[in-house]
Amino acid sequence: MSGAEFVPLSLPPLLIGIFAAVACALPGNFLLLRRQALIGDAISHVVLPGIVVAFLVTGVISTWPMMLGAAGAAVLAVVLIEAIRRLGRIEPGAAMGVVFTSMFAAGVLLLEQSDTSSVHLDVEHALYGNLESLIWLDATGWASLWDIEALRYLPPELPRMAATLVVVALFTAFFWRPLKLSTFDEGFARTLGIRTGALGMALVIVAAVAAVAAFDAVGSIIVIAMFICPPAAARLMTNRLERQIGWSVLFAVLAAVLGYVLAGYGPLWLGGRDAVSAAGMIATVSGVILALAALFGPCRTRVGAPGQG
Amino acid sequence: MIADALLLQLGYNATLVAIGATLLGIAAGSTGTFLFLRKRALVSDAISHATLPGVGLAFIVMVWMGGDGRSLFGLMAGSALSAGIGLLCLNWLTRHTRLAEDAAIGAVLSVFFGIGIVLLTVIQTLGAGRQAGLESFLLGSTAGMLRADAAVIALGGALVLTLILALRRPMTLVAFDPEYAMARGVPVARIDLAMMGLVMAVTVVGLKIVGLILIVALLIIPAVTARFWTDRSDRVVLLAGLFGGLAGYVGAAISASAPNLPTGPIIVLVGFALFAASLLLAPGRGVLAAVLRHLRFQRRVHLRQGLLALAQGQPIYERLTLRLLRRAGLARADGIATERGRARAAKALRDEKRWEVVRADLAFEAAAALYDGLREIETVLTRDQIAEIDARLGGPKGVPA
Repeated sequence: MSGAEFVPLSLPPLLIGIFAAVACALPGNFLLLRRQALIGDAISHVVLPGIVVAFLVTGVISTWPMMLGAAGAAVLAVVLIEAIRRLGRIEPGAAMGVVFTSMFAAGVLLLEQSDTSSVHLDVEHALYGNLESLIWLDATGWASLWDIEALRYLPPELPRMAATLVVVALFTAFFWRPLKLSTFDEGFARTLGIRTGALGMALVIVAAVAAVAAFDAVGSIIVIAMFICPPAAARLMTNRLERQIGWSVLFAVLAAVLGYVLAGYGPLWLGGRDAVSAAGMIATVSGVILALAALFGPCRTRVGAPGQG
Repeated sequence: MIADALLLQLGYNATLVAIGATLLGIAAGSTGTFLFLRKRALVSDAISHATLPGVGLAFIVMVWMGGDGRSLFGLMAGSALSAGIGLLCLNWLTRHTRLAEDAAIGAVLSVFFGIGIVLLTVIQTLGAGRQAGLESFLLGSTAGMLRADAAVIALGGALVLTLILALRRPMTLVAFDPEYAMARGVPVARIDLAMMGLVMAVTVVGLKIVGLILIVALLIIPAVTARFWTDRSDRVVLLAGLFGGLAGYVGAAISASAPNLPTGPIIVLVGFALFAASLLLAPGRGVLAAVLRHLRFQRRVHLRQGLLALAQGQPIYERLTLRLLRRAGLARADGIATERGRARAAKALRDEKRWEVVRADLAFEAAAALYDGLREIETVLTRDQIAEIDARLGGPKGVPA
């Protein structure tokens, strides 16, 4: 495949996929260790009502109101889960189940009630996005990467996703020590003066930002898969948090690249004619990686790494 | 219109849907209760998402074998198979790796759903126009429900209810105390698997009406709602079935009464309304009851402290205390005790002294354990015991001025 074909058609979706995967996998590591892995699942469900409400308020499909609506819905969901958990003394899993299914149902209902037939907004799109359509028609080859005029017409999701990844990475790097401490030993972190409650909320908000940005570009299925599968696989590879993060980033990139390539070219190799859903394929590949890690990972069992007793 | 719908006057399809949704709600509510009591509510989320690849595969196989590909029974069989595989993966991940159950749930959910979506896109390219509405399994669709579909749902619901009836005792035992159940010789792992099998059955039956994303709500919300009203597990199961059935029936009726009201989401939202009402209004565990309880407690503390202050001649600055004393006719607006107030205050101070004796004397250990600063001593000790304490205290020695 030549640069003239690769750069406009495959490079932007590939990069967006990689950025989205890594941006979700980074906070996913901490959520996994804190037993909050399903927050990503909940957030990706409640994003739908947020987007629909934003559409109903503004009346147009534009990025920023929708991102704001989605982020607002995510925060509302977290607050509601916490409120129901405390007021009703219900275990967190059930409280989460009550909130995200109800909000999702409300989103679907709003979508059906409002006149959105004229615009591109439907549940299927929200679920599995449309990674393949994020192409860069103005590129003519590798040289376009240095062409200011062509760069102006990059799919807007690409810079947005890159910025989100930078924000998430900065958050992780900047709060590395408190995050690590409060994840493993919350009591000790509190005695050191770290405000663990605020930090936990910040982590959830960063995760929500990553989820909302990724959702906009690639649909919610990748979001859930990338929050959980790469960190879970990485957790089975090592006992050290630093290495776990490294592994999870590697796995996320691997899943994004392999998934995209398999979705685009796999059916052709098998004699088919059309590509399959890239989002679904990326999730599938991340599952395969997790399965391999669960079968062969050096630290897969509960007792710890082999050889350490 | 709503009244017509509730009375099943809106025609054949609406009636079928209403009956199916009610049965589904009852089955899902009672099944979900055990899941909720076992603290594994979100496992249902993984199971329901894991049905999607089965739906796709069953369709492909049926088309490949020359069939129509849309037979509900075939699709249900396929979805049950893949949900079962998902469940086994989930169990294996939690049992044999260090991953916690929530991570395993998320992994199974997202990966199986991803595979399902890949299969759906494969079907789209397989034969144009043939896939007609496999997407409807995501959110359910009742528009074209047939008598046979309703029969399948009714049969499945009845089967689930029968199994619950047969397994309710071991499932309750395992939900509350798995260690004890194991010690009693109950096969915990197998009961757990049976419980999950029931969840799977409900999910598969509910695919047609509410869809795989929202069936989780029917499993979780009625159980959580029922839990507010009672502390007895058998009643929670019954109430959850009732709430689930009610949500299904009312939801189906509302959705039939006007256009653009999709059945699945409406059923879920009716369930959520029942939940919200219970959260606020339920006696005992409800928010309103808790607030009232708190206010009553606050009043008792303030009255008690106010009386003690009156007895010892201390001025009262706390506004709430003063207001409560005045309203009870125990003190005047300026904080001076009335006749009745002085009597009650003297009694309160004497009770405090009596409690001091009780707490110092090991013979009263059991009674002393009940001391919380508010309890009336007459509710703990007999009249003879109080007389004995009074004898030790002696007569009134005058109140410090």
